Amino acid sequence: MALHFELVTPERLVRSENVHMVVVPGMEGDFGVLEGHSPMMSTIRSDATVEIYASASATPEKITITGGFAEVNDKGLTILAESAA
Amino acid sequence: MASLKALKIRINSVKSTQKITKAMKMVAAAKLRRAQEAAEASRPYAERIEKVVSSIASKVTVSDQTPKLLAGTGKDDVHLFVVATSDKGLAGAFNTNIVRLARKRAEELKGQGKTVKFYTIGKKAKDGLARQFKNDIVESVEPGDLGKLGYDTVKGWADDLIGRFEDGEFDVAHLFFSKFVSVLTQEPTELQLMPVALSNDNAPAGVGASVEYEPDEEEILADLLPRNVAVQLLRANRENAASEQGSKMTAMDNATRNAGDMINKLTIQYNRTRQAAITTELVEIISGAEAL
Repeated sequence: MALHFELVTPERLVRSENVHMVVVPGMEGDFGVLEGHSPMMSTIRSDATVEIYASASATPEKITITGGFAEVNDKGLTILAESAA
Repeated sequence: MASLKALKIRINSVKSTQKITKAMKMVAAAKLRRAQEAAEASRPYAERIEKVVSSIASKVTVSDQTPKLLAGTGKDDVHLFVVATSDKGLAGAFNTNIVRLARKRAEELKGQGKTVKFYTIGKKAKDGLARQFKNDIVESVEPGDLGKLGYDTVKGWADDLIGRFEDGEFDVAHLFFSKFVSVLTQEPTELQLMPVALSNDNAPAGVGASVEYEPDEEEILADLLPRNVAVQLLRANRENAASEQGSKMTAMDNATRNAGDMINKLTIQYNRTRQAAITTELVEIISGAEAL
């Protein structure tokens, strides 16, 4: 029961870990990604917040990112952001 | 034989050269660590974006609407070589190797009747290519200190390149840079920058699965492709920064060692000359005393 999540910027690999759920700020609205999500690809709103839930009950960790993409495939979720703070 | 004084001056001058090369080596070593980290940190992004591009590209059917950056111009007559080097010398064969590779490929393509143009990054690329291909250089930019190069600057160059591509100034763009393998090894590398080179052999995972696109494929591609160009450029410059420092460190280490050898040789010569002078003086005194 884990989603492999990677957050990458041109500067560095910010996160590469297994988490419960990630809420991605998509261009057409936020969406949550759990394990086994169907493949999709979305652009990301700039200056939006990614919420990372380490477990179902945990308080989300928030990371602000600017511009980029999210890709979900069978291996997990990859976010390619221009910058992350 | 050189006089004692001349030898002394010579030794001192070599000693100060040695001090300089030693300092440069230490500076390069310190910068190398940071540059190497930056180069390694920029690899994951470049690799991931490449993967995403090829996975999306394999799902999109090529039509008239397909962005040129993906489909190409349909020709392959005019090639643009983006040659990335540094602004500064004194880094061994680092700059020369990149320029040499570019020159070799340019001659190959010209032999096949293609037109080759150059877009140079760094003074050394411009200097190295200017003699042979003076009229083919379309633009030259200077990155300054490679280690401090930011994404924004690189994005500016990428936008410029994409603009030229879309205006039909060239059909294929190649990027030349030096890949950082280790401190001792840097590999001059060529990479196809535009249109996107698709490696079909590593077929992306999840082929056949229907992928949802948000907003839609066209828009994602329109955003993704220019970004890919900028990221590949940034990566090349990061690799170059590390390679430059690595190469500089090796070159300066050699220079320091050579200076050391030279000092030893000169010191021996200095001592011999001094001894010879003393012996001559003694012989003069003794023969003078005997003559009395």
